[in-house]
Amino acid sequence: MALWSRSGRVRPQGGGFEPFAWYLIRITGLALFVLALTHFSILHFIFDPAEQTAEFITQERWNQVFWRGFDWLLLMMVIFHSFLGMRTIVRDYVRGGARTALLMGLYSLAAILFVLGTIVVMTLPMGGER
Amino acid sequence: MLLRYRGSEGMLAWAFHRISGIGIWAFVVLHVIDIYLVGGNPEAYDEILQIYASLPGRILEIVLGGALFYHALNGMRIIVMDFWPAMTVHHKRLWYINWVIFLVVGIPGAWIIIKPAFGM
Repeated sequence: MALWSRSGRVRPQGGGFEPFAWYLIRITGLALFVLALTHFSILHFIFDPAEQTAEFITQERWNQVFWRGFDWLLLMMVIFHSFLGMRTIVRDYVRGGARTALLMGLYSLAAILFVLGTIVVMTLPMGGER
Repeated sequence: MLLRYRGSEGMLAWAFHRISGIGIWAFVVLHVIDIYLVGGNPEAYDEILQIYASLPGRILEIVLGGALFYHALNGMRIIVMDFWPAMTVHHKRLWYINWVIFLVVGIPGAWIIIKPAFGM
C-alpha cells in the first residue's frame, strides 16, 4: 500500500521545460492562494455583485493604481497556473494530432486573455476622468 | 483515467482538484472577457452583472467560491507534501483538516453571498 497521495505530480527529473513547469505551477499557486482568495473576498464579501456596475469599477474598484496592479498580477498568475494545469490535463487524456491542436488552441486562448486583460486594466480611465 | 477507482481519500482529493481546476479555468476565461467589456461596452457589462446578482447567479458564485477554496486548500496540501515528503504519511489527515477549514469559512461565506437574494 503506497503512502503517496495521488494529488500531486512527482517532480520531473533532469532539466528543461518539465521541471520548470512543475515549479512554476507551485509558485503561481502560492501567489494565487493570496491573490485569488483576496480578490474573491473583496468582491463577494466586502462588496456585493449587485453594486458592481461598470461605473463602480472605474470610480471605485480600479480608481487606484495599487488595485489595478493587484488584479493585473492576479491575471498573470492565473493565466500561467490555469493554462499549465489545462496542459497537464490535455497531455493526460489526449494524444497525437488532437493533442497538438488542443494545446495550440489553449495557448492561443491564453495569449488572447493576456492581451484583453492587459488592455482593459491599462486603458480604462481612472475615476473622475469621464 | 478519471473514473478508475484507485482508493479512498487520495483519489478523491485528486479528482476534486482536477474538476475544480477545470471549472475555475472556465470562469477565468468568461471573467476576463466580461471585465474587458467594462472598457469596450459598459452597457453589456452591466447587463451581465444583473445575471451575477440574480439568485441562480449567486448559487453559481457559491459553487465557484467553493471550487476556488477547495482548490486553494488542497493545493497547499500538495505543496506541503512536495517540499516536506514526511508529511505524505499524513495525507488523509491533511485532507480532513482542509475540509474543516473549508466548512468553517465556507458556510458563513456562502450565507453572505446568498442573503441579498432574500432581501437580507
